[in-house]
Amino acid sequence: MARLFEYQSKKLLKQGGIPVPEGKVVSSPEQAAEAARELGRPVVLKAQVWATGRAEKGGIHFADSPEEARKAAREILAIRISGLSVEKILVEEKIDIQSEYFAGLVIDDAEKSPVMLFSSKGGTGIEEIARKHPDQVARAYVNVSKGFREYEARDLIRQTGVFGKTLTWLSRVLAKFFQVSQKYDARSAEMNPLVLASDGTVYAADCHFVVDDYAVFRHPDLGIEVAREFDRPPTELEKIAYQVEKNDHRGTFYFFQMLDEVDEKENVLGFNGAGGGGSMMSMDAVLDQGFKLANYCDTSGNPSASKVYRAAKIILSQPHIKGYFASGSGVASQEQFHSARGLTKAFKEEGLEIPAVLRLGGNFEEKAIEILHTYLKDIPGKVEGYGREDSPEFCAERMKKLITDNDFLSHKVRPLQEPEITEEVYSFQTPTGEIRINQEKCLNCSTKACIEACTQNILKLEQQKPVLAISREDTEKGKCTECLACEIFCTFHEQDAIFIHLPIKGLKEYREKVIRKQEKCSDRRK
Amino acid sequence: MSILVNEQSKVLIQGITGREGMVRTRLMKDYGTQVTAGVTPGKGGQDVYGVPVYDSVKQAVEECGELDISVVFVPAFLVKEAALEAIDAGVRLAVLIPDRVPIHDVLEISRFSKQEQARFVGPNTLGLVSPGKAVLGMIGGRAKSAREWFSPGSIGVSSRSGGMTSAISYYLTKAGLGQSTIIHVGGDAVVGLSHPEVLQLFEEDPQTQLMVIFGEIGTSQEERVADLVSEGRIQKPVVAYIGGKAAKSGTRFSHAGAIVEGSRGSHESKVRLLKQAGVHVVDAVADIPKKAGQLLKEKGNKQ
Ligand code: SF4
Ligand code: SF4
Repeated sequence: MARLFEYQSKKLLKQGGIPVPEGKVVSSPEQAAEAARELGRPVVLKAQVWATGRAEKGGIHFADSPEEARKAAREILAIRISGLSVEKILVEEKIDIQSEYFAGLVIDDAEKSPVMLFSSKGGTGIEEIARKHPDQVARAYVNVSKGFREYEARDLIRQTGVFGKTLTWLSRVLAKFFQVSQKYDARSAEMNPLVLASDGTVYAADCHFVVDDYAVFRHPDLGIEVAREFDRPPTELEKIAYQVEKNDHRGTFYFFQMLDEVDEKENVLGFNGAGGGGSMMSMDAVLDQGFKLANYCDTSGNPSASKVYRAAKIILSQPHIKGYFASGSGVASQEQFHSARGLTKAFKEEGLEIPAVLRLGGNFEEKAIEILHTYLKDIPGKVEGYGREDSPEFCAERMKKLITDNDFLSHKVRPLQEPEITEEVYSFQTPTGEIRINQEKCLNCSTKACIEACTQNILKLEQQKPVLAISREDTEKGKCTECLACEIFCTFHEQDAIFIHLPIKGLKEYREKVIRKQEKCSDRRK
Repeated sequence: MSILVNEQSKVLIQGITGREGMVRTRLMKDYGTQVTAGVTPGKGGQDVYGVPVYDSVKQAVEECGELDISVVFVPAFLVKEAALEAIDAGVRLAVLIPDRVPIHDVLEISRFSKQEQARFVGPNTLGLVSPGKAVLGMIGGRAKSAREWFSPGSIGVSSRSGGMTSAISYYLTKAGLGQSTIIHVGGDAVVGLSHPEVLQLFEEDPQTQLMVIFGEIGTSQEERVADLVSEGRIQKPVVAYIGGKAAKSGTRFSHAGAIVEGSRGSHESKVRLLKQAGVHVVDAVADIPKKAGQLLKEKGNKQ
């Protein structure tokens, strides 16, 4: 869920014509004092964090002067609220509140429609209020093609006992609230409290807005970095992974870091699931064997080999994991050899030293398992491939056995490497990377295996060297499916002349950081 | 009989010239689905595996006659447009394959399909298959596997997980239990046909004797199934597995969400309500074929 901070949400409301208290976002005590001076009246300072009940946790202070504001800001910036540090504070004019209301919008899956809720009692403890006084909470389904009209808002609000001018004011605000919610693809939105000030104006005193992950692309103005269900800001590795997801829509890719740092002494796995249901079942199986998971990663929905490759590279950027476990439903519709090739390229490059259990049951599983067993038999870590007849429980047991046999060796993160580019290289762009062929080497090649390997038939021989048989443009647009077959064939059966460069933005720097830490740790041990 | 699709359904593919569209057209045709026409704007006049491509759904209908079903393979952000176009042209069932369709788009599709009395499956669905008759979407992956994994019979399967849809059906087949129709209702929070709606169709289908559902935490689908069974609107036996026991209970979006949903959505709530209603809830996926076989046998004895 792409959550917005209060100050961001209020900006949207304001653009939509809903009054919000005047205020400014600051990130230092000095700026806070300055903001209070500009406002020139008593202010409230509110920590901008994704946590409920900020007030009790010291996240809200009042200040009557710039000096007080400075002091309050200093205090707020020093604390952690629900484990989160505070980076920004919203400094706002203090509103003289006469009464508090609640307004919220959610999506009801049974009716397949938005529902607007309104309560004449707002503020903290709204859920409690709703339970105790159901008569004071009214709800209405919204017809999305018509929108939520003012008269509908009026009919909703009057059910809670509000009347007169306040009713008219609130109705106007609520109708606008729906417009903003729809415009910004709200997964949920609420104004709590929505207040009536003593001057008779209605203000959204606090606001909470969650943008639908799948619609984030429509709102670049919101500057959302990672559109995901996090109850915390995304980690650095998650941000890197999200770029992969965003830039390649072939299949699903989802990466969630479960442990910020993996303890060397613990039995932790890198986890690569496929599909929500199958992944959950597989997770249950490894947790039952006493493992912890460093991450949750899902590559499914017929992902390209290159996407699975990138997933593996990201998973293997976590130090100290003891094994790599991949498992999905067991009977996947996707062509599993793509996953097998992605994993093969990644493991080979890494010189993987920890064991891997890969349950790739589904279409072409025999071919997938064969790829794994043929090409990965010589890397230091033991790799076992399984299919639909092998249960997740059995595979989890194998994982445990292999890790024990491997003496609980921890994974060491290595620097990202790529072969140097020589002048002889023939290269072309693929949808998300580049294929480089060192044609010098091809002169010694008898089989020309790459041509056969490419089932897309986009390679041909020209003077005994492989070149594109189609236009560069078509190749980049998707005729090359990044199946990785050409590279794998050439690497293992021929001259190791092809390298497919699949960049992952930011991973090189990330790994360097991890490696520095890793070295420090081992120095200390010495 | 089976539900929603059979060997006579005339099927349209939207986005037929794309990567997935092409590959899955082949799967559907090879399996025996009557793929009658395809649409990709700007590519009218071409053909894909012998299926003629048109510029619009309306044009496809003009040339090929009425089309029953459309399977949509366009990019996520174009799904709304494609679904509305299909329904507007008289298609009665749209199957929306793509993942990551914005939820407000789904709400609009839902509104329009209700108004036009059409139905849709998905988004984020692998599709559905009536074994031995026709397949829609990408379930099975290729015709050979689909034939091997799914067999005709009397069990209706409805699942919220794509992979588990195939897995459950495969294990049923292996146990000698065939299926009437297998449907992946889609993984998103709001989907077209959800478990309760699918089960009501199975209830009316003479071929279906028993239903299996794979549920998950979140949404109110399983609770609504429990309601239907309690009210006697579903009388055929139902076997259920609910995934996500280890996971945290469904994500809460807000206070408003909590007010609307109450305790609904959690693993515990779903299992409890289903059991109370008389649904056979099993603890492991592997127990499904056993339970289903046993229930069918009992049913057979009674008759
Ligand atoms: S298989 Fe390798 S060495 Fe042989 S022609 Fe192809 S790229 Fe060159
Ligand atoms: S050139 Fe051919 S074999 Fe190589 S990655 Fe592209 S599609 Fe695959």
